Amino acid sequence: MTELTSLTIAEAREKLTSKDIQAVELTQAYLDAISAANEALNAYITVTPEKAIEMAKASDQRLAAGKGGALEGIPLGIKDLFATRDVHTQACSHILDGFEPKYESTVTQNLWDDGAVMLGKLNMDEFAMGSSNESSHYGPVINPWRAEGSNQQLVPGGSSGGSAAAVAAHLCAGATATDTGGSIRQPAAFTGTVGIKPTYGRCSRWGTVAFASSLDQAGPIARDVRDAAIMLKSMASVDAKDTTSVDLAVPDYEASLGQSVKGMKIGIPEEYRVDGMPEEIEKLWAQGIAFLKDAGAEIVDITLPHTKYALPAYYIVAPAEASSNLARYDGVRYGLRVDGKDIIDMYEKTRAAGFGKEVKRRIMIGTYVLSAGYYDAYYLQAQKVRTLIKRDFEHVFDAGVDAILTPATPSSAFGVADENLAADPVAMYLNDIFTVTVNMAGLPGIAVPAGLDKKGLPLGLQLIGKPFEEETLFKAAYVIEQAAGRFTPARWW
Amino acid sequence: MSVDLATVKRVARLARIAVSEDEAERMVGELNGILGFVEQLSEVDVSGVEPMTSVTPLVMRKRNDQVTDGDKVDDIVANAPETDRNFFLVPKVVE
Repeated sequence: MTELTSLTIAEAREKLTSKDIQAVELTQAYLDAISAANEALNAYITVTPEKAIEMAKASDQRLAAGKGGALEGIPLGIKDLFATRDVHTQACSHILDGFEPKYESTVTQNLWDDGAVMLGKLNMDEFAMGSSNESSHYGPVINPWRAEGSNQQLVPGGSSGGSAAAVAAHLCAGATATDTGGSIRQPAAFTGTVGIKPTYGRCSRWGTVAFASSLDQAGPIARDVRDAAIMLKSMASVDAKDTTSVDLAVPDYEASLGQSVKGMKIGIPEEYRVDGMPEEIEKLWAQGIAFLKDAGAEIVDITLPHTKYALPAYYIVAPAEASSNLARYDGVRYGLRVDGKDIIDMYEKTRAAGFGKEVKRRIMIGTYVLSAGYYDAYYLQAQKVRTLIKRDFEHVFDAGVDAILTPATPSSAFGVADENLAADPVAMYLNDIFTVTVNMAGLPGIAVPAGLDKKGLPLGLQLIGKPFEEETLFKAAYVIEQAAGRFTPARWW
Repeated sequence: MSVDLATVKRVARLARIAVSEDEAERMVGELNGILGFVEQLSEVDVSGVEPMTSVTPLVMRKRNDQVTDGDKVDDIVANAPETDRNFFLVPKVVE
């Protein structure tokens, strides 16, 4: 018999429904896998075995009664950014020390309502600020992938590094994640998994720790396109608790898999052919174009002239919003408090001890660009550039393009504690060069594995779609997956 | 535009983050690196362009003016570092 943890969500769903397996044994298999692997990978920061077994038992009862939900008995990992009632929720920051919310995020509640089982909370960059999962208070996550013939530890990407590593290493059937500048798609690409950032407004942000509110969106990281479609259907909803949640029914994304892409117009933006891009990424991109062409799609060259300004504009908008959102961590209502000689001293000491380096850096940048005298030159300018970035996409979509194909990242996974990246924050920021435009324009984007580089590490392609046309992305990503196959790391842990 | 040590200390004060002399000095370089990177935005012609306020054309949904939540005092103070009955405790702010 195959290992239970090797089943995809779709496969497990079938076996659970037909009563070939039980939710409790599936959950136990994952708990055992986590026990065996977590010391090496550091993907989970908290495991909730009692809760998991209790939820699985309830699932078995519902399955026995023929009343199973869409994710009944499916064991999931939850990024530490999502509030989970009475369970560790710290956005992997020391400043939320000991925080256990008395409420549940809408996204996770949707999953539990559909019968999913929570295995625990997943590691991430502190407050989702990072591209390597090295800014976590709980230490870096180790990528289950290694270069061929090498023992070097690689990063899983970030900020959803724990989510991506846990999915790739089969330590959960699927995971929740969030994406502010690429935090779902870049780690998915680094681990050979599928990640989708839906349109802004598709998933409720209620109960997800805020980083940059106009950019943050939740989405799944899963083993394949079908599992991502199943998970997004459950995570997305219309939510009165989030005024930016859009009042649109959630479609059955899974139904779009296998539909023909014949006649679909796929745009290839010349601006994504950046200087110094490895030849292997070029090749992968050409391969992706060929896959879609072979399936009957029409390939057209397009131009998105403001692409190069997306990343600098992001590094004004995101820190500005973060500096405002993170003002709430002041040692009064929750988390860490360091005593001081007066209240200001208490605030300053608490925040100095509670925030890590990268978070401080971004709060400082955000405070600076919003401060008197600089607002117009930085923030207002960035928001105007953002309008132009969105307009670039609108022109292309108005001209009949259905989706845009790009590489997901400029490289494969890099080493843990890379010296060049540690010395230069901007070099690390460049990881998001292909993904950040999508957040700036509020569009949906999916990363799908498309091949391995010569070191044997996974590489991903990104598809960008029109607002609320996630179905188009699933359809096209499925075509790429069918042609490229799936990629699983060899177990060394 | 670039920042000097005095500006870094002023911004840290505004952000309510205590910084040591060493940290402040390190931050001068880091912040100037980032500010240098975003500087290229100034070359974009934005005349007549409206700043983005929302990525989707949203009309903010309003709900009925009714109490739908509440009576959760214990929950609200449950995670506070220092409380007295239903109050958050802070160092004395009024002499």
